[in-house]
Amino acid sequence: MLLLRTVFLRLLSTLITLLGVAIIVFFVIRVVPGNPIAMMLPPGATDADIARLEAFYGLDKPIIEQFFIWLQGVLQGDFGTSISLHQPVIELVLGRLPATLELSIMALAIAVLIGGTLALTGTRFRGTKTEATIDVTNGMALSIPDFLWGLLLILLFGVLVPVFHISGRVSPSLDLPFTTDFYLFESILRLQFTIFADLVAHMFMPALALAIPLAAIIAQLLKQSLKETMHLDYVTLSRTKGYGENHVITREALPNAILPTLTLVGVQFTFLIGGTVIIERLFSYEGLGNMAIDAVINRDLPLIQGIVIVFALIFTAVNLAVDLTYAMLNPRLRHA
Amino acid sequence: MTKLSRRSMLQLSAASVAITAFTTPALAQQIDELVIAYNVNLPSWDPTVGPSAVNPTIQGIYQSVFDMFIHQNPDLTFAPGIITEWGWNDDRSQIFMTVREGVKWHDGSPLTPEDVVWSLERAGNPETGNPIQFIWGKVGNFAIDGNRITADVKEYEPTIFKWMSFLTGYVLPKAYYEKVGPEGFEAKPVGSGPYMVDRFERNAFVRLKANPDYWGGKPEFETVTIKFVTDAAARVAEIESGNAHVTLEMPYEEYDRLKGSGGISGTDAPISDIGMIFINDVDVMNDPNVRKAAALAIDKKTIVDRLLSGYGVPIDTLQTPDYVAYDPSITVGYDPEKAKELLAASGYSTDNPVRFKIQTTRGFKPKDYEIIQAIVGLWRRVGIEAEIEVYEVAKHFELRAADQLAPAAFYNWGNAVGDPTTSTGFAMFGPSPHSVWDGQELLEMILPLWGEQDEDKRIAGWKDVDRHIAENALVIPLIQYVQPILHVDGVKVTPHASGALLPHLMTRS
Repeated sequence: MLLLRTVFLRLLSTLITLLGVAIIVFFVIRVVPGNPIAMMLPPGATDADIARLEAFYGLDKPIIEQFFIWLQGVLQGDFGTSISLHQPVIELVLGRLPATLELSIMALAIAVLIGGTLALTGTRFRGTKTEATIDVTNGMALSIPDFLWGLLLILLFGVLVPVFHISGRVSPSLDLPFTTDFYLFESILRLQFTIFADLVAHMFMPALALAIPLAAIIAQLLKQSLKETMHLDYVTLSRTKGYGENHVITREALPNAILPTLTLVGVQFTFLIGGTVIIERLFSYEGLGNMAIDAVINRDLPLIQGIVIVFALIFTAVNLAVDLTYAMLNPRLRHA
Repeated sequence: MTKLSRRSMLQLSAASVAITAFTTPALAQQIDELVIAYNVNLPSWDPTVGPSAVNPTIQGIYQSVFDMFIHQNPDLTFAPGIITEWGWNDDRSQIFMTVREGVKWHDGSPLTPEDVVWSLERAGNPETGNPIQFIWGKVGNFAIDGNRITADVKEYEPTIFKWMSFLTGYVLPKAYYEKVGPEGFEAKPVGSGPYMVDRFERNAFVRLKANPDYWGGKPEFETVTIKFVTDAAARVAEIESGNAHVTLEMPYEEYDRLKGSGGISGTDAPISDIGMIFINDVDVMNDPNVRKAAALAIDKKTIVDRLLSGYGVPIDTLQTPDYVAYDPSITVGYDPEKAKELLAASGYSTDNPVRFKIQTTRGFKPKDYEIIQAIVGLWRRVGIEAEIEVYEVAKHFELRAADQLAPAAFYNWGNAVGDPTTSTGFAMFGPSPHSVWDGQELLEMILPLWGEQDEDKRIAGWKDVDRHIAENALVIPLIQYVQPILHVDGVKVTPHASGALLPHLMTRS
């Protein structure tokens, strides 16, 4: 019962958050300089032409009225029509979201794999040059932003050793037999390995660029947790039972040490999705982030609003999931 | 620690070869599929409505799929397109057009005069959202007689035929559009141009197939893939790695580095874009000495040589040498001593400089901010202290439409039809929302030219306007831009002075 109440309260606060985001984004992007009509004015347009286009796009009404019209639509699942793309915003956003989710999930998987390996290796070889090397590598990975990693990867694996594709999500020559926009997942389900390999070859560099800084954070935190856990009595007891160091680290220490890291991964996943905006642009990856930049450049107000709401929805949903997981795992937090 | 054995090394090598085979496109010496890394996304397939309709950068993609009413050659001259003859009747109360026979839409249906009339009427209908409606709406009451179309002139517009090869001047299929509607057209666009849309992934690529029935002859490359690669570094990497055969708009340093190396060639021709400084007639800019000094103190050639690696043409009017009203006798020159004298006459000097703000974009055009920095440095030497304000181009549009630009503001003006009305006219005619110069004298010079029916007189009139502007420094034209295009040696690229990158003008070399 207490858990249900917690869920209800969390859902309520999520809705309030989303409404707040909706209000802020709606009004802020109208205050920010630049309007779509001014940008699409050709040479020779008159004031009457400006007024005509404003009326055409519904921008001639008072802002408050515009907001309630938009909100009413949103509540009915209608996010309006994109000014620059002439298509319903909801279709555009839902069409691109899978690409971004797949990229983020792949980045997360790579980050966990690299970060986890580094942490375990660092713990296994603690006090040696290996640990020192891992620490230095972590520092470097953290101090270089993801877009710079992207450029370095393009130079390395795109130009010098051209193994991966520099731009796009899939080769134009491939015909995709898919029914959803989750290409990667569907290619596995349909056993389309050629397409799968092509998708991975496109996705690997942007995913790795996103993953490297996160891998460093995971490695640092997990290594620290492991270090603390390794001094606990039950771990020492395992050693005295004669288990090898690898067994002690992976079977005894890791299950306890990994909990804070899992929380971090949950929180960082939301940041990862935010980070796709720049990376998708750099690699011309056809996801929501790339579309967001175009929307901002074109001052496509309905599309910006739609994308921000969806990003906010993802952030709040992930946070909600993390909170609820915690609440389930730790009853003391249900009152929070 | 695990050592790398001979066996694992071989496995690794085999895996690398396998991955490479999967991932790197086979760019054989014989190019079957032309791949272009394009610098912008294509937001919409309707070339007549919305912001993309007036975005000059993507007109090259539109012109690959759709025909314009009137064709424009790479040197900006006009040629028959879907209409083969055009003109006015004697008293200029009517226009006439002859529609080309034997043209087919990509779905195989014939292109008819009804399509042309429907396209023009739709373009002139305010309800369609065509941003150039104010031009197209100046003719109406269309009549069709065989292949000949006539229409009444509601308001005389001397440039209407030039607009027929400019923004939104495309012929669309009436029957198909009415059948599938706007959304259906977005999903599967049909035109009559040299290429047909085979596949389109928004934000990613468009794959085009050659139109075998194209009236202008089937293009050389059967398949063309245009990848939308908006990041300049990624575009450079695309061509450097062999993933693309052609790309454009990269930093001039990168262009110089790659041109002529590793099987890559370069094309750098001037296009119809110019860099200029708007002068707003506010504050100190009402002093002609200040304006003239500001113009005379700019060493355009050095700026082109030093900042643009020589890729630019210094200009002194809003006409480039390709434009019909270009007059090489109108010059401003670089004369810092004269600038100092003019400023001194108004009480200014390096010790007591005249102060104003100059606005600029940063990264919107090549070295835009650096150009303004250099100009401010040159101005400082003669007694002008300008404060730079950086803003987004959207802000520029908004301020200009509201006539609230700073006393000086950098901008890029494109004019692919090369007519003086669409360069000097709209930039300098006070009542236009694009102009920030409101002086009555200039307004009265320009006013009669809008409706001037004698073409020679009209062009001569615009040259006079340009001379007056130059002599009084009402605007400061700076440079005509050069468009850098990199392409592999196996491809011959014909640049178009409008800046449109057109695959059907590319051949195997």
